[in-house]
Amino acid sequence: MTNNSLGHVYNDGEVILKQGSVGDCFYVIQKGMVEIVDETGDKETVVAKLGETDFFGEMGIFEKDVRSCTVRAKGEATILTMDKRSLYKSIQKDPSLAFRLLEKMSNRLRETTKQMGAK
Amino acid sequence: MDNNNPIEVTKDKSLIIENGSKIAVIGGGPSGSFFAYFALDFAERMGIEIQIDIYEAKNFHVAGPAGCNHCGGIVSESLVQALSAEGIVLPSNVIRRGIKSYTMHMEQGTTVIETPLREQRIASMFRGFGPLGADDVDSVSFDNYLLQLCEKKGVSLIYEKVIDLERTEVGIDVQTKTNSVSYDLVIGSVGLNPRSFSFFKKITPAFIPPETTKTYICEFKLGHELINQYFGNSMHVFLLNLKNIKFGALIPKGHYVTLVLLGNQIDKEIVDSFLNSDAVKKCFPKEIDIREISPCQCFPSINVKNARYAFSDRVVLIGDSASSKLYKNGIGAAYITAKAAAKAAIFNGVSESDFQKYYQPACTRLNRDNSIGKLIFMVTTIIQKSAVLKRGIFSMVVKEQQKETDKRRMSSVLWDTFTGSAPYTDILMRVLHPATLISLITNTIKGIFNLNNSKNDK
Repeated sequence: MTNNSLGHVYNDGEVILKQGSVGDCFYVIQKGMVEIVDETGDKETVVAKLGETDFFGEMGIFEKDVRSCTVRAKGEATILTMDKRSLYKSIQKDPSLAFRLLEKMSNRLRETTKQMGAK
Repeated sequence: MDNNNPIEVTKDKSLIIENGSKIAVIGGGPSGSFFAYFALDFAERMGIEIQIDIYEAKNFHVAGPAGCNHCGGIVSESLVQALSAEGIVLPSNVIRRGIKSYTMHMEQGTTVIETPLREQRIASMFRGFGPLGADDVDSVSFDNYLLQLCEKKGVSLIYEKVIDLERTEVGIDVQTKTNSVSYDLVIGSVGLNPRSFSFFKKITPAFIPPETTKTYICEFKLGHELINQYFGNSMHVFLLNLKNIKFGALIPKGHYVTLVLLGNQIDKEIVDSFLNSDAVKKCFPKEIDIREISPCQCFPSINVKNARYAFSDRVVLIGDSASSKLYKNGIGAAYITAKAAAKAAIFNGVSESDFQKYYQPACTRLNRDNSIGKLIFMVTTIIQKSAVLKRGIFSMVVKEQQKETDKRRMSSVLWDTFTGSAPYTDILMRVLHPATLISLITNTIKGIFNLNNSKNDK
């Protein structure tokens, strides 16, 4: 772990969260990249790559369901964990904290719709 | 509009932020930068084009007092998380060290309190470029980083000292030695500077500045290797029975360790008593005289009673100039007040009543929480003086840290008290939880018996 960073360092290929697992945290990328992998069936499909300041795992915060994809480090990545309770408390105190979450989720929905249209 | 209808009230349009509005932020510390950043962000979301100028007289590229904002330099766990959710991720050239544990020193012993998720979740940094003689050209000061972030968003930085403010019929004139510009809104993020307060008093006569006390900050240049060996990624906190000192901390930062002492009117004699205590001496290599490796020291003021009436039409004071968090997390309070002022101005308006309705509640919450904070620090002072209570707390924390459990009650209370991550009200509620009290009483009674047994053994 480097001294001047925040969060936890994951090595290349290390799994940060596993598809099908239960989780109530979401994650913010402080440094590096991660890939989102769909492991449905026998094959793996990389559905997205995320970089610095992006977040993932937010579905685990808003839904009581298992993780829909696996997320693993693409190269060395430093990730900060944010727990559900802290986030809800923060949003309750300052609803504008959710603006960026909504914006990003809206972007993702648009991307998914585009990809489905392309198929 | 029917003027006879008393229910229909039209808002004075000149007291609304709209396309072409101009905002001046006086002071480029964290509260000023946070305000500018969020005001532009909200305006963008609302489809309003505004101009924001930040006036800052200091040069944060210079080492020593000229580029320093006299602060302990900690970004708390809760602020790191909030900023991350906002998309503001502190880069590694700003973070001088990621903190992942607190080492608590008492006369009774030393114990380590780990972060809840065993991650580096707190950032130590320098507000300015660093202490006198600092030459780490690859590093960026926290204040400079925030200013750069604002500049990228479209804020103009004016490196000039404001020499006066004047209210006119159409706005507020901001005067520097070279210029005078009229603005629709002026933000006071001037820290605890009495001269700047006098300008704001002219345009906001009801404003009562915050009350302050003196603290102490100094840096020790130990070098990376010794810091890794003696401090690692742990911030050292001291709960010692020393006169006037409520709290002492040693914070590792790059090549330096920063000492912060909080209490009542800290002076040289009090600092010496702290540095000469065994618990502090043990933290440093024996062969080093720490006074010889201290390039910088200061006795800055901190806010101990928040300001009143910190706003009027077109004017609002934020951060330390208005309301801060007692003893801790001043940057977190800067973020809260700056964002509240930005929301009030962009979404509602810039009249005194808008700030009263939409900004003041954020300050009131901080003020109320500080009242609880005062109570907590009163209790802490009693604990500091009581060997029996300290033994009980110490024993409770040691046992909690040995267990793999989520319910580390006393550890979480101390963690949040030291880091300033949680409101004091939350901390008090956790202290008053029956399980915490029962465990504390049990450990304290055991401590008394152990003390008696060891006396009898002697």
